[in-house]
Amino acid sequence: MKDSDTDGLLGAHSRRTFLKSLGTVAATAATAQVQSVAAELEKINAEKIVGPGAVPVILNVNGKKLTLQLEPRVTLLDALRNYSSFTGAKEGCDRASCGACTVMMDDMPIYSCQKLAIEAQGHEITTVEGLADSGKLSPVQQAFFEKDALMCGYCTPGFVMSVTALLKKNPHPTADDVKHACAGNLCRCGTQPRVLAAALQAAGVAANGTTKTEVISHA
Amino acid sequence: MPSWPSNTKYIGAETQRIDAPQKLTGQARYSSDIQAPGWLYGMILRSNLPAAKIGGINLDKARQIPGIKAAIALGDGERTVHFYGEELAAVAGTTKQACLDALRAIEVDATPLPFVVNETDAKKDDSAQVWQGSPNFSQPSTREKGDVDSAFPKCAAVIEGFYTTPVQIHNPMETHGNTVSWTDDGLTCWASTQGIGGVRDSFAGALQLDQSKVRVITEYMGGGFGAKFNAGVEGILAARLSREAKAPVRLMLTRFDQALAVGNRPSSFQKIKMGALADGTLHAFEMDNYGTAGFAAGGATGGGGSGVELPMPYLYRVPNSRVTQTVVAVNAGSARAFRAPSNPPASYGMESAMDDLAVKLGVDPVEFRLKNDPSPIRQREYAIGVEKFGWKDKYQKPGTSPGIVKIGVGCAGAAWPAGGGSRGTQAEAKIFPDGSVELRLGVQDIGTGTRTVIAVVAAETLGLTPEQITVRVGDTNFPWGPGSGGSTTCPSVSPAVFDVCNNALQQLQTLSGMADVRGDNWSAACKKLGVTPLNVHGQWQPGLSESHACGVQFAEVAVDTETGLVTLKKVVAVHDCGLIIDKLTLESQINGGVIMGMGYALYEERVMDNLSGVVLNPNFETYKLPGIADVPDIDVVLINMPERGVIGIGEPATVPTAAAIGNAVANALGVRVSSLPITPAKVLAALGKVPPAVTT
Repeated sequence: MKDSDTDGLLGAHSRRTFLKSLGTVAATAATAQVQSVAAELEKINAEKIVGPGAVPVILNVNGKKLTLQLEPRVTLLDALRNYSSFTGAKEGCDRASCGACTVMMDDMPIYSCQKLAIEAQGHEITTVEGLADSGKLSPVQQAFFEKDALMCGYCTPGFVMSVTALLKKNPHPTADDVKHACAGNLCRCGTQPRVLAAALQAAGVAANGTTKTEVISHA
Repeated sequence: MPSWPSNTKYIGAETQRIDAPQKLTGQARYSSDIQAPGWLYGMILRSNLPAAKIGGINLDKARQIPGIKAAIALGDGERTVHFYGEELAAVAGTTKQACLDALRAIEVDATPLPFVVNETDAKKDDSAQVWQGSPNFSQPSTREKGDVDSAFPKCAAVIEGFYTTPVQIHNPMETHGNTVSWTDDGLTCWASTQGIGGVRDSFAGALQLDQSKVRVITEYMGGGFGAKFNAGVEGILAARLSREAKAPVRLMLTRFDQALAVGNRPSSFQKIKMGALADGTLHAFEMDNYGTAGFAAGGATGGGGSGVELPMPYLYRVPNSRVTQTVVAVNAGSARAFRAPSNPPASYGMESAMDDLAVKLGVDPVEFRLKNDPSPIRQREYAIGVEKFGWKDKYQKPGTSPGIVKIGVGCAGAAWPAGGGSRGTQAEAKIFPDGSVELRLGVQDIGTGTRTVIAVVAAETLGLTPEQITVRVGDTNFPWGPGSGGSTTCPSVSPAVFDVCNNALQQLQTLSGMADVRGDNWSAACKKLGVTPLNVHGQWQPGLSESHACGVQFAEVAVDTETGLVTLKKVVAVHDCGLIIDKLTLESQINGGVIMGMGYALYEERVMDNLSGVVLNPNFETYKLPGIADVPDIDVVLINMPERGVIGIGEPATVPTAAAIGNAVANALGVRVSSLPITPAKVLAALGKVPPAVTT
């Protein structure tokens, strides 16, 4: 679950955050009613209305400026995958329940299927394509490689981004921290034990009680 | 007959997945990532009624939506739909949003018909009929051995149980779909498939094209688990849209679509009676089982069941048995092959009955299995598993674990009758004068590590390193290979690669005039080719692969008797698959089998609404998959049996997990939850703390 530090973002990164933010919105609305409905309305009306046709959208992806013409209802995921060539983030559900589309926005992991591209303007977006430095795998990618923390690989970019974001915030996580960070990422091939091992290896933390294997020869 | 080398450097060792860097950096292009020049989005309109007469479909308004380039209806004139989610029409347009708008603009003249979505209701005489005028169920098939009726009275202990398993949905992370470009020159399809050859042949058949005019490419795909073997309705629709729009069309299913229309594992309702003699020998087995494979099953379709009929009595020697099975049609999407078809439900029914009978006989469940399992391999695996798991210390009499959170343990065995090689598998090797090597096979890597297996076998045979081998798969222009099903890919490609590399060595010896061209001599020998690369063909050879893997698994659970929550603490999986090619990817497959089995045991179930006929959980919020925090410690023990040759592992690894977990829960509680998934509500009902759920 990526709910620990997301108060400033309206990305609805997880069900828990979503519910939390609903609570905040409701409370804010109630307070606003008491204080000054008119002032609130004035503020909302002052916001620029865009669309429904395509509008220019400028995104900062992996340190590069990307200028696109998008209908305001286009999601960040759609913009990355289908209006440019950043197909690293995957679409698994398009409704914030699988995590395959996870990218970082200003170092926070978000579900890019739940963020409108226009909302992502002015933020630094990092996709899985932006991690390797001139062909050299990042420490997290290298650990996934060594531990075989991927199979079909479709969910993998999402896991890599979740783990990368975790290690930025918490360079020495526990196994529970990793599980918490990756709770919003689903995998159907069953790579979870090795994702855990890879994340801990990337952090230089010794793994306790994770999957062990051995070969016995048939004599 | 050829044989595998005995002293190996790479075969049996750990080799990192050779395509992992591409997958980890986002460079790998999956079928859903393909951006063919001028491509359009495709989308499907589906029936929102579980059964209906379709009078007509009007696409006029959809065609007028800006950006829409093609719109087609499925079938001409009147037709009947048989399930919620059946395909009605499809559109192609320049944006996803235009397609969504167009789907909303399609007018469908539909008259609702009576329907039934529950297999128990569908068996009743007054049930609505899925196929008008035909019964919903097939003629029951009965297999008999010995004399069951006179055998039961001789038994010292007899148990009766009703064990049920749900419809399970494949849910690969990448949904089904294709990008299709159909022009006068032919058809090219980038498919998310497990079988590029099968996709090519199904396009050619359905669209009346020469097979030579159809090319299918699957460089990377996001999982299949048995549900992705043909072009499918969605593939044919994408082709027709491409033809009409004169542009490539990418049509990927939504997560909802995926749950409704492209396969599932059939349910089972197993009424089992089983008895053993006083010495613990199984003596009599009787089962009446029914299950649904969706709408295309039952009386009207000759009972095609896609895995409803179970191979019972599973695994064990039973001299007297009678097994009666019925395939039931309901108004729901069709079943398809699903990782070890028929085996996980058979394992759950049989192994549950085994533990229930062991309890009644007062014997240790492992001892009871050893007494009745004819497989010497599983006998050995149980002995290893008992030690690794610590069975003798952990096994307590059922229900004797103290406290509110009760600990229990269980075990179960696996079998997979397939897993051998496909005889027609071919391979091509290109040896370049600079010493570089390219292997080409018309198979696909569905996440199992097929590319890596090819590189390992080639490197071993040529005396090179896996990094020196370029592997190309996933294109029907390459030499033919089988679909990835039945755990057959590894035992298909390994012998073919071994053969082509041995042929390459021979030819290079002749051409270079060098006696030994392997390893250190490789580069010098290749230089002698001059400017002409060497093109070598090879094929699958007998004697290098086998079928019939075994395996046993042990599970430990903690069950909270106040909340009903089951926590899977530990799994020990002891498996064999002949000669181990790559230990690393093999272990990943076993982890995956265990975790998928865990989902089957505890979380997964397609839920249908009897009143509306819709699937209630076609998404990941309410169709639960195991998450990283649910997954237990898994210890994998592999028995390397090079003398058997290569055997596939994908399927046996998932067969026994749910049964072992079910037995562990029964051991913890002292009562059995005899229905998968073992939800908190069922646990509390089994303990008498809440009333049982009403199922019909």
